[in-house]
Amino acid sequence: MSSHAHAGGSTVHAPMAEPSGFIRKYIFSVDHKVIGIQYFLLALTAVVVGIVLSLLMRFHLVWPNATLPFVSGGQMSQEQYLALVTMHGTIMVFFVLTTAPQGGFGNYFLPIQIGAPDMAFPRLNMLSFWVTFLAFVCILAAFVVPGGAPISGWTGYTPLSGLGEITGPGEGWGQTMWIVSISLFCLASLLGALNFIATTIDLRAPGMSLMRMPLTVWGWFVTAILGLLAFGVLLAGGILLLLDRSANTSFFIPAGIVVNDQLQTLHSGGSPLLWQHLFWFFGHPEVYIAILPGMGVASHVLSTFARKPVYGYRAMAYAICAIGFLGFMVWGHHMFVSGMSPYSGFAFSVLTMSIGVPSAIKTFNWLGTLWGGQIQFKSPMLFALGFVSLFVSGGLSGLFLAQPAVDNMLHATYYVVAHFHLVMGVAAIFGIFAATYFWFPKMFGRMMNEPLGKIHFWFTFVGAYCIFMPMHFIGIAGGIRRYADASAVGFLAHLQPVHEFMTIAAFITGAAQLLFLFNFFYSLKFGPKASKNPWNATTLEWDTDSPPPIDNFGGHYPSVYRGPYEFSVPGAADDFIPQWVEPSQVARVK
Amino acid sequence: MRIRKRNSGSAATPALLALIIVIMVAITVYVFASNFPWAVRPAPITAVGAEIDHQYDLTLAVTATVFILSQLGLAFAVWKFRDRGQKAHFTRGSNTLEAVWTTATIVLFLGLGLMGHKAWAEVRFTPASPDAIQVEVTGNQFVFNFRYPGPDGKFGRLDPRQISASTGNPLGIDANDAAGKDDIVVPTLTVPVNREINLLIRSQDVIHNFYVRELRIQQDALPGMVIPLHFTPTVIGQYEVVCTQLCGLGHSRMHSYLNVVSDADYDTFLKQQAAGQ
Amino acid sequence: MPGTIVTEEIELIPSDRGPGGGGFSGNGGDGGDGGDSSGATRVPQRAYITGMFIALAGILMFFMAFVSAYIVRKDMPNSAWVPLQVPRILWLNTLLLIASSFTLARAHSRFSAKDDEGFRHWWATTTFLGIFFVAGQILAWRQLAAQGIFLATNPSSSFFYVFTGAHGAHLLGGILALLYVQFRATRKVARGTAIEVVSMYWHFMDGLWVFLFLLLYLGR
Repeated sequence: MSSHAHAGGSTVHAPMAEPSGFIRKYIFSVDHKVIGIQYFLLALTAVVVGIVLSLLMRFHLVWPNATLPFVSGGQMSQEQYLALVTMHGTIMVFFVLTTAPQGGFGNYFLPIQIGAPDMAFPRLNMLSFWVTFLAFVCILAAFVVPGGAPISGWTGYTPLSGLGEITGPGEGWGQTMWIVSISLFCLASLLGALNFIATTIDLRAPGMSLMRMPLTVWGWFVTAILGLLAFGVLLAGGILLLLDRSANTSFFIPAGIVVNDQLQTLHSGGSPLLWQHLFWFFGHPEVYIAILPGMGVASHVLSTFARKPVYGYRAMAYAICAIGFLGFMVWGHHMFVSGMSPYSGFAFSVLTMSIGVPSAIKTFNWLGTLWGGQIQFKSPMLFALGFVSLFVSGGLSGLFLAQPAVDNMLHATYYVVAHFHLVMGVAAIFGIFAATYFWFPKMFGRMMNEPLGKIHFWFTFVGAYCIFMPMHFIGIAGGIRRYADASAVGFLAHLQPVHEFMTIAAFITGAAQLLFLFNFFYSLKFGPKASKNPWNATTLEWDTDSPPPIDNFGGHYPSVYRGPYEFSVPGAADDFIPQWVEPSQVARVK
Repeated sequence: MRIRKRNSGSAATPALLALIIVIMVAITVYVFASNFPWAVRPAPITAVGAEIDHQYDLTLAVTATVFILSQLGLAFAVWKFRDRGQKAHFTRGSNTLEAVWTTATIVLFLGLGLMGHKAWAEVRFTPASPDAIQVEVTGNQFVFNFRYPGPDGKFGRLDPRQISASTGNPLGIDANDAAGKDDIVVPTLTVPVNREINLLIRSQDVIHNFYVRELRIQQDALPGMVIPLHFTPTVIGQYEVVCTQLCGLGHSRMHSYLNVVSDADYDTFLKQQAAGQ
Repeated sequence: MPGTIVTEEIELIPSDRGPGGGGFSGNGGDGGDGGDSSGATRVPQRAYITGMFIALAGILMFFMAFVSAYIVRKDMPNSAWVPLQVPRILWLNTLLLIASSFTLARAHSRFSAKDDEGFRHWWATTTFLGIFFVAGQILAWRQLAAQGIFLATNPSSSFFYVFTGAHGAHLLGGILALLYVQFRATRKVARGTAIEVVSMYWHFMDGLWVFLFLLLYLGR
C-alpha cells in the first residue's frame, strides 16, 4: 500500500532495521512474530507428545496385557498408566491449550490487529517464551528422573502429591519436577499476561477504539486478565506444596495419617481441601483461558467467510467479559463431593449455571452470523463451524455437572472426561486449527493445501465425535475415570466394547493429524505464494505483507476508520470494507 | 474495481457437513432415548436416587432441546446459506433478540439449577436422623474397611499408632478403650433394607471416595476429616462399591460391596460378627 | 464524491469520533518516547505505568493466595496451631519501611522540581532504609531460629516465614530497581517514568507489608 492512502491519519517513520545474525533473528528474538511462532512450535511439539501419551492410554485400556516394546517389564503397569494420565493432562492443558492460542497466535497477531509495531515490552516477551520453554523441558524431565513421572493427575491432589515417593511411584522426583515446571509456567504466563494487557490498553492505533477491536483481540485481552489474576494463585499453591514435600510444613497434609503402614509424624493438621481450593481457583479460569481465544477466532473466521458482520458484536464482547468475570466465581463446582460445605456447593452451582448464559449467547450469535450469509467453505471456516458444533455439545454436558445433585452420580466418571475433552480437547483445538489455516498465509507467505485441509477436517470432526460422544454413555453407566484397568469391577466389563470403539477412533483420528503436520511443513516450503489478503478480510493484519516486515507495517502505521467486520455493506462495491481504508477511498456501487 | 466472486466451490462440502451434523444428532438422540446396555445406569435403590434421576431427566430434556435446535440450526444454516453467488444480508444484530434469548437462557438455566436444590439438600443439608444406623467407612491404599459400633452403640477411639493389618487391627482401634472392644470391622458393607444408614467417611492416608452407582451418591474420603453421608436403601441386593478419587497406583483395584439385606439377615450378620470376636 | 450514487450509507464513514484510546497520537510522560534512532518500537511512556499497575495486580493475587491459606488454616479445628509471637524487631522494620515511602515521595518531588542533587539524596536514603528493612527481617528470622522456631515448627511459623520470605524477595527486587535508577541511565524508558514506576512498586510493597504485619500481629 503506498503511503498516500494513509495520509489522513497515520504517521510515517523510517522502516525499522532487521536484527542481524541467526541467533538474534530466530532464537533470542524480541520480535513478537518470531516469539509467536516459537510458542506455536512449542505447542506443536507438546501436542504430538500429548497425543502419543493418550494413544498409549487408550491402547492400554483395551489391550492391557499386550506387550509393549519400550516398556520395562513388557506390559504397562498401573502406575505407568497413571503417569500417562498425569502427563497427558498436564502437557495438553498447559503446553498446548494455554500456549498455542494465546502465546502463539495472540503474540503474533494482537499487536498487528491493533496496529502496533510490537508488544509493549518485547524483551519481557522473549523472557516469557524462554521460561515457558524451560518449563516444558522440566515437565519432560519428569519422565526420566528416578521414580518416573508423577501419578497424581494434572490436578495433583494432596496428600497423594504431598508426601513424596511413599504414596506411590513417581511421587518423588517426578512430582517435584511437575511442581517446578508448573511454577515456571506460572511465572512465564504472568509476564506474558502483563504484556498483552499493557499492549491492548496503550498501543492501539488511532481510531482503534475498544469497540472496534476484532473479537480475537477481545479474546486475547480478557484471557490475559484471567491469566494475570489466576496464575499467581497457582504459583503460591505450588510453593506451599513444594514446602510440604521438602521442608515438612503442613499446609496440605493432615496430622496422623498412615501411609504404607508408616505413621506420618512430621505433619500437623493441614488441609487437603486447601490445595483443592487454591488449585481450582486457578484451574477454572484456566479452562476459560483455553477456550476464550478460540471463541474469538471462531467469531472472526465465521464472519469473514460468511461475508457478514459478527451478529451482535457488542453482545459478543460483553459475553467474553462476562465469561471471564464469572469464571472466577465457579471453582467450587469441581469440589461438590470433596467435603467442602454443601452450602458453598449450592452457591457455586448457581453461579456455574449462570456462566452458561453468556456461552449460550455466543452460540446464538454465531448462528446469527451465519444466517443469511454467503458462506464459503474453506478450511479455516470448516474448523470454525466445527468449533461451534463441538462447543455446543461439550458445553451442554456441563449443565449436568453444574448441578450438585446430578454431579453426585457423574463426578469422576467418564462423563466428566467427555465434557472437558469436547470443550477443551476438541473445540479449543479446532480454534487452533482454524487460526492456523486462517493465518498461515500471513505468517509464512504461502497458502496451505486446501484439499488436504478439508480431508484433515472431515477426519478430525467425525473422529472427535466418535471418540468423545460415546464417552458420555460410559460415564452415565458408571465408568470411573483414571482407572488403569476395569478388571476389578464387575459393572465395568460390559463397557469394554465401547472402549474399543473409542480407541480405534482415537488411533484413526490421531493418524489423520499427520495430514495436518505434512500440510503445514510442506506448505512452508512449497505452498503457493500468498497475497496480502487472500481471504478478502477486513482487519489490520491483512494490510501488510505476507509475512509482515519487522515492524509489522513497513514504516507506516495504520489508522482505523471503522469496525472490524464490515462485510457486504449495502452501497459498497466490494463485499468487504477493511478497517484501514479511508472513507473517501471506499469504492461504492454506481 | 473488485467484483464479488461467484462461488467456485461445490455444494458437496456444505452438504456433507450438514449431513454429518444431522447424523451425529440422530445417533446421539437415539442412544439417549433407547436403552443401550452400555449407556444406562442401574435402577436406583433409594428415594433420593430416584429424585436425582428425575433431575437428570429434566436436565436431559432441556439440554436435548437446545442441542437439537442448535446443531440442526447450524446444519441448516450451513446448507441454506452456502455461497451460491447471493449477497449476504447485512445486519449488525438485533438487541431485541439478544434480550429475548438472554432472558430465556437465564430463566431456563437458573430454573433448572434451583429445581435440583431439593435432591441435593435432602442428602447434604439435612443430617441423618438420630436413630440411623451408623457405620464408619475408612479408605486407605487400596481397601475399604467398614466399622460398626457393636452392641454398645459406641465407636472405640482410634489410634493411628496401633494400626496393624497383620494382627487384625487395620483401623487402629485403641486397645485401651473399652468401647472399642465390640467394634465390628469388615471389608464389605452390610445394611438392612428400608433403614436409614449414616456413613461416617474417612481416610487413613490420601483422598479416596465411596461410590455406589445404585445409591446415586458419592463422597470423597478425606484424611483428617469425618464426613457423613446418609441414605435409605429400599431394594435388597448386592451392589459394587468403588473408589472414584485417584488415590495411587491401586486406584482401579479399590473395590468392595454394599449388601442390602433383610432385617433378619442383618441381625444374623451382627450376631455372627460378635461371636467371631 | 463526484459521479457516484450512494445507497444506504451504513458506516462507510466512521461513526466514532477521531483517534481511539491509546496509540501514537500523543505520548504521555516526559521525554518523548525515548526511541533510539534505529527505529525501536515506539512504546508510549504511559505503557510502563500501565504495566506496573498490571504487575501489581498479579503480585497482589499471589499474596492473597497465601493470605487466604493463612486465614483458612488458622481457624481449622484440631489444627495444632500455636500462635506465634511476632519478633519485636518487626515494629522497627515496619517503621523503617514506612519512612522509606516518605523519603521516596520526597525524592519524587525533588525530581519534579528538577533538583537532581536533592533527588539523588532522598532516593539513596530510600534505598538504605530498604536495605535496613531487609537486614532487620533477616535478624527477625535469626531471633526466631534462636528460639527454635523454624519453617516447619508450627503452621503459624510456616506462614510467618512464607509471608516474610515472599515479601522480602519482592522487596529485594525493589531495591535492585532503586539501585538501577540511582546509577544507570535508562534507554527506552524515560527517567521520569522509571522513577514513577519504581515508586509505585515500592509504595505497594510498603502497603503490602503493613497489611501482612497487621495480619500476623493480630493473628498471634
